[in-house]
Amino acid sequence: MSENQPAIGTARVKRGMAEMLKGGVIMDVVNAEQAKIAEDAGAVAVMALERVPADIRAQGGISRMSDPDMIDGIINAVSIPVMAKARIGHFVEAQVLQSLGVDYVDESEVLSPADFANHIDKWQFTVPFVCGATNLGEALRRITEGAAMIRSKGEAGTGDVSNATTHMRRIRAEIRRLQTLPEDELYVAAKELQAPYELVKEVAEAGRLPVVLFTAGGIATPADAAMMMQLGAEGVFVGSGIFKSGNPAQRAAAIVKATTFHDDPDVIAKVSRGLGEAMVGINVEDEPVPHRLSERGW
Amino acid sequence: MNIGVLALQGDVREHLSALAESDVLARPVRRPEELAGVDGLVIPGGESTAISNLAVSFGLLDPIRKRIADGMPVYGSCAGMIMLAGTVLDGRPDQESFQGIDMTVRRNAFGRQVDSFEAPVEIEDIEGGPFHAVFIRAPWVEETGRDVRVLGRVAEGDAAGRIVAVRQGNLLATAFHPELTGDLRVHRYFVEMVRQAL
Repeated sequence: MSENQPAIGTARVKRGMAEMLKGGVIMDVVNAEQAKIAEDAGAVAVMALERVPADIRAQGGISRMSDPDMIDGIINAVSIPVMAKARIGHFVEAQVLQSLGVDYVDESEVLSPADFANHIDKWQFTVPFVCGATNLGEALRRITEGAAMIRSKGEAGTGDVSNATTHMRRIRAEIRRLQTLPEDELYVAAKELQAPYELVKEVAEAGRLPVVLFTAGGIATPADAAMMMQLGAEGVFVGSGIFKSGNPAQRAAAIVKATTFHDDPDVIAKVSRGLGEAMVGINVEDEPVPHRLSERGW
Repeated sequence: MNIGVLALQGDVREHLSALAESDVLARPVRRPEELAGVDGLVIPGGESTAISNLAVSFGLLDPIRKRIADGMPVYGSCAGMIMLAGTVLDGRPDQESFQGIDMTVRRNAFGRQVDSFEAPVEIEDIEGGPFHAVFIRAPWVEETGRDVRVLGRVAEGDAAGRIVAVRQGNLLATAFHPELTGDLRVHRYFVEMVRQAL
C-alpha cells in the first residue's frame, strides 16, 4: 500500500471529529422521533440509548447497550452524527456499535459496568470514543487508553448540576496546577495522577487536555449549560434534561442557543422564558453513594 | 486588516490560531454588528445543520449573504464549504446556506465517521507539495458552475478524483481541515485574498 492511500481511524480524525462538535449540544434520545426533535433544535449530535439516565435510575436493573434496530432507526432518522453507549470494559458492545456505523462510542458509567478493572482498549477501534472523568487523572488514563474526547461526568439522571460543576472545576484546577509546577516536579505529579509522564507534560505545556473536553451529568436548563461553558467546557451533553421536561423541543433549542451565547446573559434570559417545567430532578446529596453513577470507572 | 471567524459552533479556536500564526488579527463573529467590522470571514468546520440553524436564529443569514454579494472574501472548511454552496444534497430540507459558490455539495459524502480519513491533496495555486488533508464526515463537490475553479481533488483510493477544493472569485472552500494540521498555507493564501480585496 502506498503512503498516498487514505488512512482511516487515525488519532487525528478521531480527535478532529470531537473538535467539530465544539460549542454544540449533544442530546440523549431513545427513539427516531426524539432524534428528529434534537436535530430540529440544532443539536450537533445525538446519543442513542434505550432509557435516559433518569429512567435507568428509577427502574434499576442492569443497563446495557441499546438494541441495534433502535440504533439503526435513529441513524436513518437524522443526518447529524449518532453516538451510542457501551458498558465500561465491554469491548464487544463497542465492536457491535462500530459495525452499526455509529459515529462515536460513549464508554459510559451510565450503563452497568462490565469490567471492574479494565476499560476498553480504545486504540483497537476505527470508531472514536468519548469517556467520562471526575478528575484529571481519570481523564488522562482514558486518553492513554485511546479516548478521543472527554466529558466531565457530573451525576447523570439527576437534573442536579452540582456534580458537573465540581468535576469541571476540579479538572480545570488540576490542569492549572500542573502549569505552575517546575519540570522536575512533573514526574511526581504523573505518579500522583496515575497517568503517563509524557501526557502529563503535554497538558502542563498546553494548559489543556490534548482532546476536547465536554460536560455532562445534571444539565437541565439553558443557564446550566451556559455556566458549564463559562467554567471551561467546550460543549454540552444533555441527557434526561430535555425529554424529561415539559416542552422538549423548545428547551432543546434554548439550550443550544445558550451554549453558543454562554457569555451573554441577555440571550440566556431571552431563551429561558416560558420553557415550561424543567425535569423534576433529585438532589445528588439525597442519592446514597453506591447509587452514584459517577463513582463507576477508575 | 480584520478577519472574522464565524463562531456559532465548530472548530473556531483552531481557525483563530491558524490566522494568528499567519500574522492577522482574527476575531470571533456571532452577531451582525461584529460582522460589520471584518474584511474577510472564515466559516469553520462543525455541524452544518447546527450552524445554519443558529445563523438563521441570530439574524446572520442575510447580512452574510449581502457581504458575500458585495465581494467580501470568505473561506469555508468542511461545514464551511457546505455553508457556501449554492445547492446542498443530503442536507435537511430547511437547511440554509450563505450560497455564493455556484456548486452542488453532497454532505457526509465519504460516509460516516468510521470512513473519515487523511490523504495527501495537491492544491492548484499553492506551492510546497501536497497538503496532508484531514477529512471528517466531509462533503465533496459534485457539480461546479462555469465560474468555479477546481483547485484540488482526492488523489487515490475509492474516492479518487472527487473535488475537494474550489475557488470562485473571492470565495474559497475546502472539504478538509487545514486548521487541524498546523499547515498554514491555505490560511495564508486566504489572507492574501483578503489583502487584495481591501
